[in-house]
Amino acid sequence: MTSVIEVAHLTKRFGDLAAIDDVSFRVEENAITGLLGRNGAGKTTLMQLLTGQQFATSGTIDVFGANPVENADVLQNVCFIKESQKYPDEFRPKHVFRSAPWFFPHWDAEFAEQLVEDFRVPANRPIKKLSRGQVSSVGVIVGLASRAPLTFFDEPYLGLDAVARQIFYDRLLQDYAEHPRTILLSTHLIDEVANLLEHVLVIDDGRVVIDEEADVLRGSATTIAGTRAAVAAFSEGREVLHAETIGGLSSVTLEALSPSDRADAAAAGLELAPVSLQQLIIRKTTLTAPATESEMEHSA
Amino acid sequence: MDESRPIFVQIAEQIENDIVAGTLAEETQVPSTNEFAAFYRINPATAGKGVNLLVDSGVLYKKRGIGMFVASGSRARLLEKRRKTFAEEFIAPLLGEAASLDISSDELLELIQTHAQRMGPQKVGEK
Repeated sequence: MTSVIEVAHLTKRFGDLAAIDDVSFRVEENAITGLLGRNGAGKTTLMQLLTGQQFATSGTIDVFGANPVENADVLQNVCFIKESQKYPDEFRPKHVFRSAPWFFPHWDAEFAEQLVEDFRVPANRPIKKLSRGQVSSVGVIVGLASRAPLTFFDEPYLGLDAVARQIFYDRLLQDYAEHPRTILLSTHLIDEVANLLEHVLVIDDGRVVIDEEADVLRGSATTIAGTRAAVAAFSEGREVLHAETIGGLSSVTLEALSPSDRADAAAAGLELAPVSLQQLIIRKTTLTAPATESEMEHSA
Repeated sequence: MDESRPIFVQIAEQIENDIVAGTLAEETQVPSTNEFAAFYRINPATAGKGVNLLVDSGVLYKKRGIGMFVASGSRARLLEKRRKTFAEEFIAPLLGEAASLDISSDELLELIQTHAQRMGPQKVGEK
């Protein structure tokens, strides 16, 4: 597999704050990667660094084999859709779509037109007068129709309703299947996009905490529930990601269990339940220290 | 799709189910990876992994330049495989739940017979 992005020991400081803290990872070509993490984790900063809109404090960034900063050869293959894209005051959506081909050599005007219909964007109304969701739709259309070999979507759907989000996912998958390209999607709506992702990159506090294939992550944790004594006995010596207690019952989320572990748990009368990608990421990004007995009580 | 297992495994099972049910007949073409991806709203690479799982196990085979087809004899082999795991996957949990509800084996047998009659003989007795 070829990497489109290679980052090594990347650090970005704003004064005393390390927004990105010694991060290394690669992004494979023609995969959809989810860039997930909490607010302020560093997702946007990271995407700005990867698109040459911020300068690294230290470390190296390779995008299509070169540093993206001020590099037209790299940047003409990159499309970055931001959460709150600003447009010139007098612009209407049609102006955005008409000027897009100047920046994106792979722009497909017909596809853009179809998307305008799908998302019901009023192409002739001044952007200032559009709703939040409609402005987001304009960005999403640019991101899809630009067909850039490397496309970043940074929380693209502020204000988009559920129908529009579903259209976005469907068109993204469909067009990606016909025109494979590398996509980095940053979002809070993890459950909604979980099945679209091939790879997952989770950052927390400026560091990469998960860099794994989505299929491997799924099933990398299990919740077991049962009587306190049985749960405590089973989880002894295992890494506990999360624990809850209600009366005499408790439930804990554990790292991957082997089939024989699962059989043992079932034999001990414990209930096993899957952990969704979203839950798993919440567990991993809120965990600061292994849960102790007192914390278990506390979180009940 | 349930969350506990890799999606590609579930895609493979879904295709197997269709073969067992006869919806996908032997020697017919199965939908393309992209069609599976669009239908289940999953990443095409994931759908591809599921299809490849079945190619590796000989359930599907590739006709170059055309697509994936169901191999002859697949249905019989899948039926045999599923019969082997039937007791463990279905009878064991049934007995477990029956035990916790204090339903005796005799009562359970009777329940099964009553239900089988209600569903109609052709469904259960079908070979």
